Amino acid sequence: MLSFLATDHWYDLRDLANLYRVVLEGLDHIFPTGLVYVLTALLGFIAFFVVFVLPSQLYVGVYGERRLIGRMQARQGPNRVGPLGLLQPVADAIKLLQKEALTPRSADRLIMWAAPVLFVAPAILIFAVIPFGPRMVFADIPVSLMYFLAISSLPVIASFMAGWSSNNKYSLFGAMRIVAMSISYEIPLVLGLLAVSVLSGTMSLQGMVYWQQDIPTWMILIQPIAFAVYFIGVSAELNRTPTDIAEAESEIVAGYLTEYSGMRWGLFYGMDIAYALGASAFAATIFFGGWSLFGLEQWVPPWLIFILKTYLFYFVFIWTRGTLPRLRIDQLMSFAWKFLLPIALINLLVVAVERLIWTSNDLPDAIVWAFGAVNIVLMVGIVFIWAKVFKYDPKKRPTKPRLVNEPGGYRPVDLEQGGPSL
Amino acid sequence: MSGFGITVAFWILAALTLASAGGVMASRNLIHAVLFLIVAFLGVSGFFILLSADFLAMAQIIIYVGAISVLILFAIVLTPRAERDNSETSMVLPALLLGTTLAAVLLFVLYDANWNVTNVEPGLSAEVLGSALLSVWVLPFELASVLLTAALVGALMIVRRQEDEEGDSAS
Repeated sequence: MLSFLATDHWYDLRDLANLYRVVLEGLDHIFPTGLVYVLTALLGFIAFFVVFVLPSQLYVGVYGERRLIGRMQARQGPNRVGPLGLLQPVADAIKLLQKEALTPRSADRLIMWAAPVLFVAPAILIFAVIPFGPRMVFADIPVSLMYFLAISSLPVIASFMAGWSSNNKYSLFGAMRIVAMSISYEIPLVLGLLAVSVLSGTMSLQGMVYWQQDIPTWMILIQPIAFAVYFIGVSAELNRTPTDIAEAESEIVAGYLTEYSGMRWGLFYGMDIAYALGASAFAATIFFGGWSLFGLEQWVPPWLIFILKTYLFYFVFIWTRGTLPRLRIDQLMSFAWKFLLPIALINLLVVAVERLIWTSNDLPDAIVWAFGAVNIVLMVGIVFIWAKVFKYDPKKRPTKPRLVNEPGGYRPVDLEQGGPSL
Repeated sequence: MSGFGITVAFWILAALTLASAGGVMASRNLIHAVLFLIVAFLGVSGFFILLSADFLAMAQIIIYVGAISVLILFAIVLTPRAERDNSETSMVLPALLLGTTLAAVLLFVLYDANWNVTNVEPGLSAEVLGSALLSVWVLPFELASVLLTAALVGALMIVRRQEDEEGDSAS
């Protein structure tokens, strides 16, 4: 374990816990005993909000996502309110607050009211176990990996409540889809994370950061399959765009959000971003070394490294959202069960064998690099073979057009006839 | 258990779990009943946390809230006419009798048991649980997984119709 060079002085910003401790000690002198325990939670929440949530939510989540997607789709994105459109998220929030939150007459009022509230709570709970630095973690519990999985299974129920209580057939479709998706994608997701946990021998997120710092490596290099499965699974669970069939506006209006308006809808929208940020933070911790960066964390504030890694991963989310078309529900389901699940299982088997070889022969830590090389080769092989089994044979360059532009829209070409060549 | 906070947490959790368990029985709407059931599951996982069994608490949430309740919701939505209210049935009296008897037996056991105070360090870590499951209790553990697989295959066999099998063998 590398020693952390940050000192205990309050001005050492490499560990914000110092500043926090000094402030709390000062407050303890001023206020009567015991009150400081209440203030701890309050101040921690405010500090967390100012340092991480506000910039992330508004400027990476709302503004950055819209700007970047606009860029990818060859348009401007928000650029009218304030310089470069920077005040757009604020304007959006004010607009949403002013709008009326409608409730249909035949809706189940109590559940419809409770669903956004229940959707918000887990988004905040998720960040409790994410380590922002060696000492900057709210709850360093030994099973924080399972805590993350447990908390991330709760919003599905809130989404179902939203869809069911609206008493609208499109909402119900969306609710059913989200439930079916979460059941399907939870299994490969858990198996992928189990492989990570088997290799590092810990279920604590802080422990995984230390493990990656000790080797030193990043888990994504050792466990590429687990990372791919995690990324696909989590974007399906989060309803990010290539897989957002639960609110596919081209099929079922807005899915489970059809009947929501005003700030109730805004809570769902905002918390979707918060969940994506939570998933990014989790991925940055597990697969990208968390707050460590090969020794650089002793000079640069670790929380800054961690937040940048989180944003980098969130950029990948935006990227996939801007570039990939939406999938159909049957494609998504069969992909989860026939493709991801077997691959995750094979990966788990391979990792378990590797871990056994490593621990029973007392091999040095550098053997992990060899495992990584083996896993990368295996990943390419398995994905290739498994795709062959399903007869997935993409044409490198299409030689014939599949659709022909005609007055009234596109129509499929009759390939038997040959069709016009490109 | 000691300390003011833990005692307060215990009573709040107890009230929450019992109230939502009552809600499961009393609510006429099936979806409401399942939502109450979820709250009851969350309350039970809170008890596990109070007992320093973090792993069990998290497993409780993942399995019961994240998987089983969601499956029940899915089953209700897919079942025709499941939205109709639970009406009175002729099974009220037997059910009451059974429930009272079960409660009586449990209460009797609770009062009759010889509760000892041990010096064992509280807390059940995931490592201890895992090595116990795969060494001492490996046979029941494997039997449980075989049972679950059998249940899965059995459920598949029940829902498969005769025509489907013929179609499969023909293709």
